[in-house]
Amino acid sequence: MALGLTLLVLSLAVAAEPAANPSLSVGSKKFTESVILGEALTLLLADGGFQVAHRAGLGGTRILWGALRSGEIDAYPEYTGTLLREILAERALPDLGALRAALAEQGIRMSAPLGFENTYALAVTEATGARLGLETISDLRAHPDLRLGFSSEFLDRGDGWPGLKVRYRLPQTRVQGLDHDLAYRGLATGRIDVTVVYTTDAEIERYGLRLLDDDRGYFDDYQAVLLYRADLAERAPGAAVLLRRFEGLISEPVMASLNGRVKLDGISEHQAAVELLQERLGLAVEAETVGFWQRLWQRTAEHLGLVAVSLSAAILVAVPLGIVAARRPRLGQVLLGVTGVLQTVPSLALFVFLIPLLGIGWPPSVAALFVYSLLPILRNTHAGLIDIPRPIRESADVIGLTPNARLRLVELPLAARAILAGIKTSAVLNVGTATLAALIGAGGYGQPILTGIRLDDVGLIMQGAVPAAGLALAFQGLFEFGEHWVVPRGLRLRPATAGPQD
Amino acid sequence: MLRYLGVRKQYSGQIALDGVDLDCPEGRTSVLIGPSGCGKSTLLRLAAGLIRPDRGGVWFEGAPLAANNLRAARLRMGYMIQEGGLFPHLSVRGNVELMARELGWPAERRRARFSELAELVRLPARLWERYPLELSGGQRQRAALMRALMLDPDLILLDEPLGALDPIIRVELQRELAAIFARLHKTVLMVTHDLAEAVFFGDRLVLMRAGCVVQQGSAQALLQSPAEAFVADFVNAQRAPQRLLAEAAEHMRPADV
Repeated sequence: MALGLTLLVLSLAVAAEPAANPSLSVGSKKFTESVILGEALTLLLADGGFQVAHRAGLGGTRILWGALRSGEIDAYPEYTGTLLREILAERALPDLGALRAALAEQGIRMSAPLGFENTYALAVTEATGARLGLETISDLRAHPDLRLGFSSEFLDRGDGWPGLKVRYRLPQTRVQGLDHDLAYRGLATGRIDVTVVYTTDAEIERYGLRLLDDDRGYFDDYQAVLLYRADLAERAPGAAVLLRRFEGLISEPVMASLNGRVKLDGISEHQAAVELLQERLGLAVEAETVGFWQRLWQRTAEHLGLVAVSLSAAILVAVPLGIVAARRPRLGQVLLGVTGVLQTVPSLALFVFLIPLLGIGWPPSVAALFVYSLLPILRNTHAGLIDIPRPIRESADVIGLTPNARLRLVELPLAARAILAGIKTSAVLNVGTATLAALIGAGGYGQPILTGIRLDDVGLIMQGAVPAAGLALAFQGLFEFGEHWVVPRGLRLRPATAGPQD
Repeated sequence: MLRYLGVRKQYSGQIALDGVDLDCPEGRTSVLIGPSGCGKSTLLRLAAGLIRPDRGGVWFEGAPLAANNLRAARLRMGYMIQEGGLFPHLSVRGNVELMARELGWPAERRRARFSELAELVRLPARLWERYPLELSGGQRQRAALMRALMLDPDLILLDEPLGALDPIIRVELQRELAAIFARLHKTVLMVTHDLAEAVFFGDRLVLMRAGCVVQQGSAQALLQSPAEAFVADFVNAQRAPQRLLAEAAEHMRPADV
């Protein structure tokens, strides 16, 4: 039954997706360069008369690749090295021709290189480099105490740290995962000594970093290309031609300077994309300006939508399940165990797991938030019912109430406070977790937070974090107010002070 | 009215009742008494249908209690326990009228019955809309008694109904309860561990030990001619058995007339 209800909620989540259906969708990864390229593609397609949406800053290669395969997005910028060593690593493809053919088998086309390379490089501060005489990656072998900080993607992927460590026989054991954009700060503040950078990162210059020579030729070519779906030709004739105008268009200095414009000069990726189109294609695209309040309102609507739908569904499922769990102790243990395990699944992992089933954006976000909201409500409903003293339950039976009447007239009112507390916990957690939904393109307050982390822009982070905290507090207040309506008066009383005993 | 026939009951291997035969005759108050663990509460819980016998049967008004007639039987029983078992989220009126409301009694009939009972148990009108937490222990037990009597039951089951009260209130309520039962002519089955209380209420005492009925009969019979040593020991273990005897004699006289 639980499974059935869950499926019902999932299908509701799919059906209720509010966004109008744009005919085309462009994706980008959650780092500046990818977002600029994605935005430029989007503007170019829109300029060509297509209805197109940009799913900006999606959280990771796997999510984008999955979304492209399933048709959730139609195109996104990628790098050849990532394709060869990560996405299609098991095929051990020898060259770009073979890669192109392998992609075609999956209904994916690859453009010619866009003109710049953005490969991985290991970076140290100039000071560290000079002090230890570090010039090449091989030089690191002599300094096993160095602290390395890599993005978690680099730590895991086939062409990342595991292979690098083997190739260079690196002895360092102090390796920690952290966000790519935070790694620069880590270097600057001396928390880590070595990190991995992309060679077009604007911060290399800004922080005065020394790039270590890849003297054993470990890192692949990471030429930027565009991936797009082969069926674009039928669905949107002319779109592919537009996309391919980017081929050979963007040199390394151009890309690095655009990255710098965003990360150092503080212009938006949208603005950078407009400049790219203007300078390289002579296209005059009007930069759209969305007001602060309008954007805040839109994010609030997205965030509230996520929370409201997932929380309502969780209440409808978890309260009845809590009742079942209280009635049947053994089944109850199973239900509590299962929801408890679900709770421990990391949110990004859950998102990625749901994407093949539900795509990206709203449906998987709602489904994931729904799953996370189950446990507190289920557990509190169960506990609230179990905690009802046996004499009370038995009195209800012996005065002649049927089990259903007992539940409705006695048990649920007595458990109301606990159930409400569970819902409140879920609501507050839900508001927080929903910020992660931006990783899979569902928007909300997470969008400025992610962008802010990427751009190292505290103001932008606050634009998401402050309203999110406000919303959480609002929910808390709402539920405390609601207690007066839901919790029976007799339960809100303090015991009588010693009065006349008559 | 209520009969136990060869009732056996075990809790996880421990024998609680070992083949009990017992009759609770109509219109009289039977009091189950004995040391803790003797099975007296188990007998009461069997009558309320809260547990089922492993062997034997509990007969209520000529039919064995079973899943299919349990609810109908319960509607003809009143039930009151030590702490009253009042629902804390409902007022006195809410508690007392709950089942009548479920059964679809019209409001006027409910109110009339409520007022009648409030007068019977002497619960002042200012307390009618209060919640259990706002009442004293004695007031709660009066409200619980009203709830037990609301549907005018044929059988009243009382499990240590005054056990949680302080001695002064307890004596006062004992008198009132006894008077009410005498007046209503109900069949009452009551559990207590207090011999004085048993003597006070019971025209029939049922003394139990280790899951068996040891002796049953009038209070005088039990006190004056114990059937075996255990009965005498139990009686003597209570405070001032001589005074109890006198009280019993005094209490029995008006009933015998």
